[in-house]
Amino acid sequence: MEKKKFLEKESTRQIIASLLCILGGLVVGFLVLAILAVFNKNITFGEAVKGILIVLGGPFSSGKNAMFQLGNMIFNATPLIFTGLSVAIAFKTGLFNIGAPGQYLMGAMTSLLVALSIPSASVPPAIIWILALLAGTLAGALWGAIPGFFKAVLNVNEVIICIMTNWIAANVVSWVFNGSKFINYAETKINFIVKTETNNIVTPTLGLDSLFSGGSVKSYIDISIFIAILVAIALNIMMNKTVFGYELKACGFNKNASKYAGMNERRNIILAMAIAGGLAAAGAALWCLNGHQDFKWDTYQTLPADGFNGIVVALLAANNPIGVIFSALFLRFINVGGSNLAANTSFNEYVSQLIIAMIVYFSGFAQYITLLMRTRKKKE
Amino acid sequence: MIFILQKTLIFTIPLLIVALAGMFAERSGIINIALDGIMIFGAFIGAVVAFNLRKNVPFFVDHNQLLFIVCMLAAALAGALFSLLLSYSAIKFRANQTIGGTALNLLAPAIALFLIKVFTSKDQMEMGMAVDSAGGRHDFSFVIANNNLPDILKIFFDKTYISTFVCIILFIVLSIFMYKTKTGLRIRACGENPQAADSVGINVHKMRYLGTTISGALAGLGGYVYIATVANGTASGAVAGMGFLALAIMIFGNWNPTGIALGSLMFGFLKCLSVVYSQFAFTKNLGLPMYFYNIIPYLAVLIVLAFSAGKSRAPKAEGIPYDKGQR
Repeated sequence: MEKKKFLEKESTRQIIASLLCILGGLVVGFLVLAILAVFNKNITFGEAVKGILIVLGGPFSSGKNAMFQLGNMIFNATPLIFTGLSVAIAFKTGLFNIGAPGQYLMGAMTSLLVALSIPSASVPPAIIWILALLAGTLAGALWGAIPGFFKAVLNVNEVIICIMTNWIAANVVSWVFNGSKFINYAETKINFIVKTETNNIVTPTLGLDSLFSGGSVKSYIDISIFIAILVAIALNIMMNKTVFGYELKACGFNKNASKYAGMNERRNIILAMAIAGGLAAAGAALWCLNGHQDFKWDTYQTLPADGFNGIVVALLAANNPIGVIFSALFLRFINVGGSNLAANTSFNEYVSQLIIAMIVYFSGFAQYITLLMRTRKKKE
Repeated sequence: MIFILQKTLIFTIPLLIVALAGMFAERSGIINIALDGIMIFGAFIGAVVAFNLRKNVPFFVDHNQLLFIVCMLAAALAGALFSLLLSYSAIKFRANQTIGGTALNLLAPAIALFLIKVFTSKDQMEMGMAVDSAGGRHDFSFVIANNNLPDILKIFFDKTYISTFVCIILFIVLSIFMYKTKTGLRIRACGENPQAADSVGINVHKMRYLGTTISGALAGLGGYVYIATVANGTASGAVAGMGFLALAIMIFGNWNPTGIALGSLMFGFLKCLSVVYSQFAFTKNLGLPMYFYNIIPYLAVLIVLAFSAGKSRAPKAEGIPYDKGQR
C-alpha cells in the first residue's frame, strides 16, 4: 500500500480541523472583548488585546505564580479527564451520558463517607484511601447502571433517566449529609464537608506539590493525574484492542446489527453505562481524597459543573480517550487564563467560558471541514 | 387545596411552554438539547429590557402589565435569534446537533454572566421594583387578584400572572397549528421522513428552520416567565435545570401536546409539593426532610416511565441532517 502523505492522512485532517475550531473560538472571544472596548468608554482597545493574551497565557500569565497555578490546573483537570472519559465511552456505545453530574456526586459522597468514617488510628490510611476510592467508584457504577437498565431493558431514552437521576443524586447527597457529623463546623464552613486530611487520608504527592508551588504555598497537585492518564490509556486499549471494546463500538454504530451478529446488546448497554458511571465517580473520589478540598454538600439546587464539562471534554476530543487528557488540560488552561483575566483587567472570568462555548460550537463543524479538505483534494 | 393548585399552575406554565418548544424542534427533525441555554438567554434579555425600561421610561412603570408583555416579547425574540445559531449549524453545516446544543447551553450563561458582571459587578441581575408616578412600588405582581370567586375559578382568576394566560393561549394555538394546518403537517413530515417530504416539493430546510425558530422563541419566553414568576425576577445565568426538565417532560409526553400538558401538570404539582409541604399539618407531621419532597417528582417520572415503557416513539428522522443525496 502506498504510504499517504502527511496532509492526506485522516488523523492530520482531524487535528487541523480541531485547531481551526480552537482558533475560531479565540477569535470570537477577542471580538467580544474588542466590541466591549468600543462601546464602553472605561475600557481601552489595548486592554482588550491584553485581555486575550492573558487568557491565552493560562497559568503562565500570572508571572511569579505560574508553577503554583500550573500545579492546581493539573490537579483540577483530573476529575475532568474522568468525566470526559465517562461521557466518551458512553458516546462510543451510542449513549448520551448526561448523567455524569449525578454519578460524580454519588462517587464524592460515598468516598467521603468511607474516608471519614473509618478511623485512621485503627486502619492504615493507605487502606482507607483505596477502600474509599473503590467504594466511590462502585457507587457511581451502580448509579450509572440505572439509566443503562432503563435503556437496555425498558427501551426508555437514557437522556431523560440521566436527568432525573442527576437531581435525585443531588438531593440524596444533601439528605445524607444534612445534620451529620461530617459537616465542617470546626472551620465554620457549614456548607462544606470536613476535609479528609483530618483523618490522615491524603493522596500521595511524591513531592510534586513542592515542585509546583508558589514560594511557601504548595499547590494541590498529587498522583491522581497519573492515575487518570493510566486509566485513559487502559480504556483506549480496551476500546480498540479487545472484543468487549469492539462490541461496545458495534453497539454504538448500530444496535440492531450488533444484536443480529449475536452480541448481547442489552448487557453491553448496561455495562457501558456502569463503566461510565464508575469513571465519573472515580474522578470525584480522587478530587475529594486529595485531602485539602472543600466538598459542598448542600448541593440540592445545583449540579457539579465538572459533570457537564465532561460532555465538553469528550466532544472536543472526538471521544478519543487519549484526546480526552489533552482536551481536559486545555479546558483548565483556558479557565485559569480566565481567572487571571478577572484579576488583572476590568473584564471577568466568564470570558473563558465564552471562548470554550464557541470552540465547542465550531467543533460541530469539524466534520464538515474535514469533508471539505477531502473533496478539495479529490478535485485537484 | 386551592392554594396548592394555584402554586402548581405557576410551576407548570414554564415547563409547559418550554416542553412545547422542544416538541416543535424535534418534530421538525432537529434535536434541541439547548432548551436550557435558550431559556437562560431569553431570561437575561427579558431582565435587561425590564430593568432599562423601568429606569428610563416612566410610562412602563405606570403600566406594569404592559411592560411584562413587552419583556416576554423581547425574550421570545432573543430566544428565536439565539436558536438560529443551532439551526444554522445543524442545517447548513450538517453539524452534530448534540454538539451544537451543548455549545448553546454553555454559551448562554457565559454571555449572560459576562455582561451582567461587566455592567453591574455582580453575578446576578435583579429586575428590581419600580416606583410609579403615584408613589406605588411594583414588581410583576398578579394581573388579577380576586378573593371573592368560587373555588374553581380562583385557580385561574385569583393571584394569577398575565404570563399564565399568554402561555396557555399560546400552547392551545400552537398545538392546533401543529396538527390542523398545512404548515404544521409539513413540519411533522420533515421530522418523520424528510426524503418523502422533499419528493412532494416541501422545502425541508425551511421547515426545519421554522420548527427550530418557533422552538427558540417559546424557550426564550419560557425562560423569562420562569424568572419573573418562580425565581424572584433574578437573572443569574441559570434556570435551575428547568430546560432539561422540560426536555424530559417532552420525552415523557411522547412528543405530543396532550402528553406534554399532562406531564408538566403532574411534574408541576409534585414540584410545588416540595415548596408547600411545610404549610400543611398532615405532611408536616410526617417529619420528612425537604429533600424527600424534592426527590418525589423525579422518582415519579422514573416509575411512570418504567410502567409505560415501550410506548415511547421519537420522531424518526430527529438528529439526522437532511441530505438530498440519500433519497
